[in-house]
Amino acid sequence: MSLLVVLDHDRGTWSEANDEAMTAAHTLAADMGVQIDVALVGDGALDLSGQARAAGAAVVHVANHPMLTDFGPEAVGETIVQLIGAASPDAVMAVGTSRGNEILAQIAARMDLPFVANCMSVTPGDGAWSITRIQWGGSLLEDTTLVTDGPKLLTYGHHAVLAEAAPAPGAGIVEEFTPDLDGSLARTIVVDRDVQQAGVTLSTASVVVSGGRGVGSAEGFEQLEELADLLGGRVGCSRAVTNLGWRNHTDQVGQTGTRIAPEIYIATGISGAIQHWVGAMASKRILAINIDAEANMVVKADYAVIADLHKVVPAITAEIKRRKGL
Amino acid sequence: MNILVCVKRVPAPGSKINVTSDGMAVDAAHLGFTTSPHEECALEEAVQITERDGGQVTVLTLGPVEAEEQLRYAASVGAHKIILVPTDGSAWDPQRTASALTEAIQTAEEANNQPFELILFGNESADSGGFQVGVRVAHKLGRPIVNAIKGIDPSDCAVTARREIDAGFEVYNVPTPAVLGVKEGINLPRYPTMKGRLASKKAELTNAEITAKAGGQTLVRLHRPAEQASNTEILGTDESAAVAIVDILEEIGVC
Amino acid sequence: MSDFPASAKVVIIGAGIVGNCLVGHLARLGWTDMVLLEKGPLPNPGGSTGHASNFIFPVDHNKEMALLGVQSANQYRDMNLSVDSGGIEVARTQERMNELDRRMTSAKAWGVEAELLTPAQVKELVPFINDDVILGGFHCPTVSVVDSLETGTVMRKEAIETAGLQVFANTEVLEMLTEDDPVPGMKRITGVVTDKGTIEAEYVVIACGVWSNRIANMAGTYIPLVPAVHQMADVGPMDVLVETNNEIGYPIVRDMDTFCYERQSAGSMEVGSYGHRPILHHPDEIPSNEEAALSPTEMPFTIDDFDQQMEEAIELMDMLGDAEIKYAINGLLSLTPDAMPCLGELPDVRNLWSAAAVWVKEGPGMAQVVAEWMTYGYPRVIDPHASDIARFYDDEKNDEHIWARSAEHFNKTYGIVHPSEQWESQRGLKESSLKAITDAAGAEYFTARVWERPHWYSSNADLLEKYGLSEREVEWDNRWWSPLIDAEHMNLRENAGMIDLTAFQIFDLTGPGAVGFAEYLSVNKVDKPVGTSTYTPWLNHDGGFHSDLTMLRLGDDHIRVVTGAFDGGRDEAWIKKYMPTDGSVSVANRTEDYVTIGLWGPNAPAILSQITDADLSHEGSPYGSVRSISLSLGDAAGVEVDIFRISYVGDTGWEIYIPWVQGPQVWEAIAAAGAEHGLRPTGAGVYAVGGRVEKGYRLMGAELESEYNPVEAGLARPKVKAADFIGKEAYLAAREKGPDAIMCTLAVEDNTDSQGRKRFIQGGNAPILTNDGERILDSHGRVSVVTTAGNGPSYGKYLCLGYLPTELAEIGNTFKVMYMNELFPVTVVATTGSAFDPDDTRLKG
Repeated sequence: MSLLVVLDHDRGTWSEANDEAMTAAHTLAADMGVQIDVALVGDGALDLSGQARAAGAAVVHVANHPMLTDFGPEAVGETIVQLIGAASPDAVMAVGTSRGNEILAQIAARMDLPFVANCMSVTPGDGAWSITRIQWGGSLLEDTTLVTDGPKLLTYGHHAVLAEAAPAPGAGIVEEFTPDLDGSLARTIVVDRDVQQAGVTLSTASVVVSGGRGVGSAEGFEQLEELADLLGGRVGCSRAVTNLGWRNHTDQVGQTGTRIAPEIYIATGISGAIQHWVGAMASKRILAINIDAEANMVVKADYAVIADLHKVVPAITAEIKRRKGL
Repeated sequence: MNILVCVKRVPAPGSKINVTSDGMAVDAAHLGFTTSPHEECALEEAVQITERDGGQVTVLTLGPVEAEEQLRYAASVGAHKIILVPTDGSAWDPQRTASALTEAIQTAEEANNQPFELILFGNESADSGGFQVGVRVAHKLGRPIVNAIKGIDPSDCAVTARREIDAGFEVYNVPTPAVLGVKEGINLPRYPTMKGRLASKKAELTNAEITAKAGGQTLVRLHRPAEQASNTEILGTDESAAVAIVDILEEIGVC
Repeated sequence: MSDFPASAKVVIIGAGIVGNCLVGHLARLGWTDMVLLEKGPLPNPGGSTGHASNFIFPVDHNKEMALLGVQSANQYRDMNLSVDSGGIEVARTQERMNELDRRMTSAKAWGVEAELLTPAQVKELVPFINDDVILGGFHCPTVSVVDSLETGTVMRKEAIETAGLQVFANTEVLEMLTEDDPVPGMKRITGVVTDKGTIEAEYVVIACGVWSNRIANMAGTYIPLVPAVHQMADVGPMDVLVETNNEIGYPIVRDMDTFCYERQSAGSMEVGSYGHRPILHHPDEIPSNEEAALSPTEMPFTIDDFDQQMEEAIELMDMLGDAEIKYAINGLLSLTPDAMPCLGELPDVRNLWSAAAVWVKEGPGMAQVVAEWMTYGYPRVIDPHASDIARFYDDEKNDEHIWARSAEHFNKTYGIVHPSEQWESQRGLKESSLKAITDAAGAEYFTARVWERPHWYSSNADLLEKYGLSEREVEWDNRWWSPLIDAEHMNLRENAGMIDLTAFQIFDLTGPGAVGFAEYLSVNKVDKPVGTSTYTPWLNHDGGFHSDLTMLRLGDDHIRVVTGAFDGGRDEAWIKKYMPTDGSVSVANRTEDYVTIGLWGPNAPAILSQITDADLSHEGSPYGSVRSISLSLGDAAGVEVDIFRISYVGDTGWEIYIPWVQGPQVWEAIAAAGAEHGLRPTGAGVYAVGGRVEKGYRLMGAELESEYNPVEAGLARPKVKAADFIGKEAYLAAREKGPDAIMCTLAVEDNTDSQGRKRFIQGGNAPILTNDGERILDSHGRVSVVTTAGNGPSYGKYLCLGYLPTELAEIGNTFKVMYMNELFPVTVVATTGSAFDPDDTRLKG
């Protein structure tokens, strides 16, 4: 009797999303009355077994295969399917990151089982499970039932759960496993990486300084860059800004852009349309700088300055420099 | 290259989405409808590829008869053929949707006497966001699929696909016929021109009659999340607020 | 943010162009203690202002709209929030070219610079236009593009700074508070309940655009407007526009015959349409700011409705076809059943004001109108009688009526609308009990608001030959006209005519205070013996005309007010606004208790005397007298009727007031009695125009407007009564000062146009010019225009009424009148008196 959690990592580097996964798994496993097992796939996975144990894993399944050296959705999906066959978990879950959802979808497709993505809360039952999941990027919730004879497949919405430390470490028994992978699955394995930015990324930055239409121009973002650099953060933007061609889409915070969860989100000149809000709402604190006191972003923010961002942002930069003696 | 793009008709709501009284659907009485944004980009990518390399773009949707609007829109921005898989208008679960789409694709490919070299899905739909229909269809067709694609470069017998990750891109080299889940940002979709719109009215619409049975996930009801109580602290109305701001930045340890 | 107030002198609801400009103007007029509430965010709350195309074509045939358009454009200019882009109305048809001639005439009348262009000249100004599809253009260099949102912000800030205005955005009005007023049927506004608290208020103004009626309904009243879709699509970018480096570098083009416009918006072109099917919404169907994808009034574009417009736009400017449709909406704006705004105090809720159904192009001016109205009791900038919310009758205040009429006129937004054009929808709302009879006589009906009135009778066709009359040569002049009008006119002067006047609006004032109150409303003395009458102006406090009407002294404590079918609503509202609240006066609308028949002509006394024994002589029924008589109707029992010896056509006779159900019997009896006297059923064409212009009788809304006073209109009596009345002080001053302009009658000396065709001037917008073709302004800047034009068959010439500056108002002076952009010579034939029968000998019978 187990809940199998598919964990993610980047060549042996623990993914922050795993903390969310294990936090959610503790609640779900308790409700199911089962233990938490985890699956780690690929090069470097074995190195993470200690972290998995600390996070509460009873069994750490470590899958190794030459075709798992680099990520491939089909190969990973097939690997977990075979692991399910061997370990017979009652449910399989991950966090709904891009990879998490894709792997679960691969499992679901291969086993022809239902899969519920981006859950908020899950209530196991004898027959049907009652689940509340995210629709519209979080603007709506869907109550849904999951009925299947096979293992329940689901992901929790990324940032839907606040990561907490595990109540106690698990047994952490490592079970290595070598799947039988058809050579044809190599067709969807990463052949190359194109690492463009070093360091902090938008989705993991502890400070995000974003600009909206109110910034006025592509050049107007320079002052935001300067502030973000000072704070070790990243610059984001609204969809309007992307559409205007001022910033690359990779900077876009929102439902169809990047979903962020920084310590503080500084939103300047952003009205706060829903598309943007659902990407930013997991931020721990929000500071809105806007000339419109009634803007949606201002109303929803923890802190607000009702003034022209073109005056306030340089003033913040100057104040930080002053205090740091720069 | 002959490319199929699967799109979904979704409401275009504001910042507050109402649901119908029975909770089974978004109340779209006064909303417009659009193509789910990732799919709009998938379509744009397909059109750009065929403009560059030749070939045809076929657009397929599963939805109510009103989804013809999204197909005509697709035609207005460069799709050559449009196929509607009509539903009764209710929300189909992902398994049922995938079965129906697979059947419709197979029918279209039989009619064409050849498979689509590339099938594009949106990474996920804007409304239900199930993150799985494309994967299920690819598996049923026995074709490779990679999601979260923000770059496509076709070559003979393969496409090079770029997937966005936190620190850059992963590159895949997927043999065709292939399926890709595309993300917004791969391009900036064009808007239709007036002439494109007028021409799209003449595009021939194929109706695909499909039967597919329900899967294991059943919608019970939709509802809005509890409103977050707003308690905004106004730090100031001019640049002198910078002092208070930096105090907060220091307090939370980011400065 | 300030604390939410518990009370205010005035609460203005709605911060669109109207609400913002209103608080600014109120502040300038000295108002303080004002609160502005807005449901949406600022500066763009999501109403119609936020998506307005923001251009002003200053030429309009309607005087109110034209002058307030110019006035508004100047307010925008004064704030430096306006650019003169110029604009061209292009014609694709000859009919439209004729209309452009008419536009030239209106431009001349209202003093707007304009010129007609050939297709090649249009192309010089707009190089990307396809000049093959147009026949010409009407160019107006002062067409301007304004920033309505910023204007609103500036006006609002001015009110905050100068008058301490408090503004609350994101504040929704949930309830309107009223209390019963001492006047029965009236209420008084006392405050508003919002989601942020309740404000007690002395005045409340509804400036809520498309939502206005919803708010009015909360107060138990009605603002007849409907949110309607105006589609627009923004296409671009296009190099030729981008290269201007300008928000607007080319003139706006109105493609009049397709009901579309093309307006540059930086690198793009905005294509807007009034040509699609009418798409109307109920206010409750408009999404909230939160629910709307764009804004509440930028509703989802229904592209199928726009396909034809696209084809036509591409025809005119081929480059539009290849540009991308970047933004397209079903934009909401306000339509009313008669295409005019809804301004003024709600007639049934005291101190509740409407500033609604106003577009950006006239917003600042209309706001000034309402501010002055609230301050002075009536506006000074212009007489807005056609926009007065009180003009509507109950039959005009329901969705069915508003939707039908709005749908009908939506596609006429750029249409060619004849000054006499009749409605097709919503006919037969109010009909006389004589309707079956007048139907049988072949009546052609025109409407007077909701009332159907026979305008001429086809059964009189035999008279055409007798009087040698025929159709007019040019279709436009002949439209909504018939030579039967002239035939009936000639017959009335020769024999007699019987006119259905049931549409008259009748109000009875009764009670111990009735006569005193009537006196307070009227310039002329009303307190005269029972059985007499008074024709009198009602003035506003500034001494300008509010109404003119007759008041009958029917009893010691009983005054009957009889007014025209167009004015009943405004006059009833005026009565209720000023009547004593101590219960000493009651008012009752008796309109539908009586059928009114006008019987006039030299044979009228002979005809009537056949069915009554009453003394109809000048002794028994002197001019101006009203008395009850008994008519004997053959075998049937007699009928008691009131006969009122008065005439609006210049021949002797009576208005006969008959109990509603007996109207048909009396009509038949008079008809039978008149058979051997040449009596004919006669239409309102004679009553409203032909007979009237020959006599120079003034009409409210045409000759009589608040900008003019009785001295100028020639309606001042030798003496001023002792009793006080509204406007008396101003009236005395006007008498002291003498007229600055005088109402004159001008005869057209030659109505042959440059193509050798006989033309017939239509009133309203035709300027009276010097012989050199220059506009004539009096010392107040009031322009001389033809207020009424019509044939005077008995006088023998086509006649025009209009004001001339006093120094020019002399019989024999010659001028030119512009009609359809051509000049026709006219001569003053009467000043204060009548052109025809100046001694009124015919009235004496």
